Amino acid sequence: MEKRVTFSRWSIGILFAVPQLLLIFTFFYWPAGQAVYWSLTLQQPWGGGNIWVGLDNFRSILANTDYWNSITASLIFAGISTGLAMVIALVLATLTDRQLAGSRLYRVVLIWPYGIAAPALAMAFRFILAPEAGFMAAVNKVWPGFWDPGLNGADAMASVIIAFSWKYVGYNFIFFLAALQAIPRSLVEAAAMDGSGVLRRFRDIQFPLITPTIFFLLVINITESFQDSFGIVDIMTAGGPANATNLMVYKIYSDGFKGLDYSGAAAQSIILMLLIIVLTIFQFRFIERRVHYK
Amino acid sequence: MVERTPILNLFTHLILFVGFAFCVAPFIIVAIAASHNLKDVNDVPMSLLPGSDFWVNIKAAWTTADLGPKLFNSFIMAAGVAAGKVIISALTAFSIVYFRYPGRMLIFWLIFVTLMLPLEVRIVPTYAVVANVMSPYQAILDVTGLSWLIEKVSGVQVALSLGLLNSYTGLIMPLIATATGTFLYRQFFLTVPDELTEAARMDGAGALRFFIDILLPSSRNNMAALGTIMFLWAWNQYLWPLLITTDASHATAVTELKQLIPNVGGIPEWNIAMAGTLIVMLPPLVVVVAMQRWFVRGLIATEK
Repeated sequence: MEKRVTFSRWSIGILFAVPQLLLIFTFFYWPAGQAVYWSLTLQQPWGGGNIWVGLDNFRSILANTDYWNSITASLIFAGISTGLAMVIALVLATLTDRQLAGSRLYRVVLIWPYGIAAPALAMAFRFILAPEAGFMAAVNKVWPGFWDPGLNGADAMASVIIAFSWKYVGYNFIFFLAALQAIPRSLVEAAAMDGSGVLRRFRDIQFPLITPTIFFLLVINITESFQDSFGIVDIMTAGGPANATNLMVYKIYSDGFKGLDYSGAAAQSIILMLLIIVLTIFQFRFIERRVHYK
Repeated sequence: MVERTPILNLFTHLILFVGFAFCVAPFIIVAIAASHNLKDVNDVPMSLLPGSDFWVNIKAAWTTADLGPKLFNSFIMAAGVAAGKVIISALTAFSIVYFRYPGRMLIFWLIFVTLMLPLEVRIVPTYAVVANVMSPYQAILDVTGLSWLIEKVSGVQVALSLGLLNSYTGLIMPLIATATGTFLYRQFFLTVPDELTEAARMDGAGALRFFIDILLPSSRNNMAALGTIMFLWAWNQYLWPLLITTDASHATAVTELKQLIPNVGGIPEWNIAMAGTLIVMLPPLVVVVAMQRWFVRGLIATEK
């Protein structure tokens, strides 16, 4: 869509875009370019120039089992937490959409977790899931040694997944509910009069009509699981035990700022960027298609 | 609905109630744990009856993590990001919707691409830029030979330097440099009828006049939605403030929370940790509750 009526003094028009362009050049394009440059050179942490090394940084990273562990951990984290957050949100949204008494209350409250900072909810869950105090401690009392995120990698992974999913159920819920409520009531009612049951209607009418939303949320959840996980991991597990929760973003941070391996961190950033770009392109193509639905 | 489904209704209520409970339980547990004394909070299982030490713990958390100034920093940062986003996005969207200039599509795409790469993945080089925000410009001068020329002509060695570590500007600016809001405004401006622009122009209003007197007032809803979302998003930032505030004077409430994790082997002061968590959780929660309508609308409109 384009405007027919525009202003003719286009020099003024460009001026309006200048602040944004300056900002994104300084804090977006320059650093992104710098990351590419660093990933191809060996940056010395205390200055003293760079040595061109080509793809060596990538080779050494990809040869490193720690890095592959971090990719695996990220994928497990992304897969399970996205699945959990989406399925739970979809069930809750579908049931809220039935608009029984009290559905307004659910609609209001279920959104709250999304507003909470990842580190704050991580702190809450760190206590709730702590092995020696809080609530999992009660389980440990009955079954000693059952739960210990500090020692057992799987338990630690489960903890960060629970915290992340808890936040994103609220986010997904908003989108699912909006999508469900955009389906014309008459459509569902007509189907009901034709004698189809609730499950059948969900399968044959509601679910197909909200597939665009499902795909959209799938991509958003996965991309967010690569970024928003940082605070949760830093507060709950700090990447441990034994790197079990050393997710990709966390590894970039610890290699770059604690290990002072800027080149390695830059190469990892590039790989993560590519991953996210692919996901985002997929997302925009898909939104584009969805706009045509209207 | 058109049918009677008592069993399903019961089932619906049951599931929704369980969902509700899971959603609220952490808030309640945090609040209750924050009210216990050291012994009660470490009881297994913890008592769900509130204790009497609530204000004692709040006070302890407040002083341990020095939350007063930190909350103030969080507020400055979140308000700065929200205001910056709202203003810059409106300006840019106005430029790309209401003007036809050469390179307009290039600018559109330059801005669009920024949606793809979150700060987290370009964190290392962004940190370097903020350490000296002039470094990109210095590099341009060096590469183009301009600094050599200037030195030859005037004898002055060009060394631009402006560090933004431990400053509000350094906290805020890089967070504004994405285009999330630009497209929200763009969508809105595209729905503004052309007749309105025509009428304004016939009345002799120039671009600036039209923008300030007509376009901005009619996009109040967008501003509220975008402002709310960006405030929350900035308040909840963690990695960025953690990195660039090496000095505690500019740290934010969210990053200071880490101070309250009971260390392994130390005294498990979960009651104080939870009191701190409650304080840090509360402001965004209040914003969500108060601005729920805008918040939800903005989320769905920005698709982010």
